[in-house]
Amino acid sequence: MPAEPRTITEVARALRAREITAEAVTERCLQQIADRNPSINAFITVLADQALGQARTADRELAAGRDRGLLHGIPVSLKDIFDVTGTATTAASRVREGHVARRDATSVARLREAGAVFVGKTNLHEFALGTTNEDSAYGPVRHPLDPGRSPGGSSGGSAASVLAGMACASMGTDTGGSIRIPSAACGLVGLKPAYGEIPTEGVVPLSTTMDHVGPLCRSVEDAAIVYDVLRSDAGVKTAAPRAAPRDARGMRVGLLRGYFTALLDPQVASSFEAACERLRSAGVTLDEVAIPHANETAAIYVHIALAEAAVYHAKTLESRPDDYTMNVRLRLEMGRYIIAEDYVRALRGRDVLVREVDAALVGYDALLLPAMAVPATRLGADTVRVGGSEEPVRNITLRLTQLFNVTGHPAISVPCEKTLDGLPVGAQLVATRTPGLLDVARALEPYLGPGT
Amino acid sequence: MTIKVWLENAIQDAERRRLTALKPLLEALARAASSLRMADWNGDATGEHDEPPIADAR
Repeated sequence: MPAEPRTITEVARALRAREITAEAVTERCLQQIADRNPSINAFITVLADQALGQARTADRELAAGRDRGLLHGIPVSLKDIFDVTGTATTAASRVREGHVARRDATSVARLREAGAVFVGKTNLHEFALGTTNEDSAYGPVRHPLDPGRSPGGSSGGSAASVLAGMACASMGTDTGGSIRIPSAACGLVGLKPAYGEIPTEGVVPLSTTMDHVGPLCRSVEDAAIVYDVLRSDAGVKTAAPRAAPRDARGMRVGLLRGYFTALLDPQVASSFEAACERLRSAGVTLDEVAIPHANETAAIYVHIALAEAAVYHAKTLESRPDDYTMNVRLRLEMGRYIIAEDYVRALRGRDVLVREVDAALVGYDALLLPAMAVPATRLGADTVRVGGSEEPVRNITLRLTQLFNVTGHPAISVPCEKTLDGLPVGAQLVATRTPGLLDVARALEPYLGPGT
Repeated sequence: MTIKVWLENAIQDAERRRLTALKPLLEALARAASSLRMADWNGDATGEHDEPPIADAR
């Protein structure tokens, strides 16, 4: 008996072969939510009735020959930071109590036009300001593989929903790594497209010059399907399978070491090195390249991100401070103390990093580095042991992703081999343009790891 | 304003606002600001550092 279709690609094929209906796929996801959400807490709002209605419409349209493309009839979850007409956008905060969105976010409207079925709104770190999902007005999200661990964040509910079979894909946001971190922690593919490529209108902002919208999926091909829909304001009508991936042989990849591999959990390092070795065996050239000012990334990031976040939150920090979780409130307050002189220095530092990443990419199809320095961290832990030192969870989880929010380069997390404990590990690829990045990632995906 | 004076003022203000838990975060921010101020991309009025560092990734 063939395996149950789980990826967008598999479900799309099965729908068109009349082997399955969108309603049945949606019912399966809703059943998974009913069975597992009480323990995982991935969803804040389940849109069961609406989803079944959308699914039945998709089935009718497909039967009548109206094919909206590969997302038609596919169950998708949405981080509860995206506006969906008529539903609350909580951002996992009591500050948003009573909110009801008047219209879809632009990205949601594009998914809707493509026939996607919205199964629900997923839990997140409050206002997307954190990497563990522990600070949420709706309680923490638990990792589907180990309830004592965080699935990563801030799009943790999104990642957990896909890993647990509650959706075929999810929409997340990424301001410092919030798509790539949970994707790495949950063994998924997480795409942060280039800055500005996908509209953020209708998405609760965190840091307006670093916010990105993108998908968390089970394969690079699935991420490419969602990306094609998100970037097009004219809709993607083709349901034709995508072209075969490029040949990995002959590809040139810049391998980032130094800062990027200096502080890695030994099992993450081992998994990443094994992936590099498989790439070499497949005929990929790996040359070491450097980002000379990489160790300034966190200082630049915090000055830009928190200053921008403070602007959005200043009013409610004054009027409703107790409606924030304490950790998020404190980090937002921190941003209000940043002085202009240092903010401008951070902007100059950003220019330097953009030039350095561009320079590192010259002559290479992509850059390669780990996506997260440690496997999924334990809930409640403030620090995690990495080699011989105790590192703050927030710093170590953001360490390898936030550079590409500062520079805006497209980046994708792709699964590597798991740790001995069965925890996922992610590799990260970075390129100049998103379509090129997806081509490279599709070609390298089989060599990086076993997939999901 | 020097980082030292800024940090003293910031901690004092946070204490006045009964946000004493902000102290370690402000200290971390002070370390980040110091790092930015020492970075080699900063120009100064002497004109000796006006050119930003050129990336050499190899």
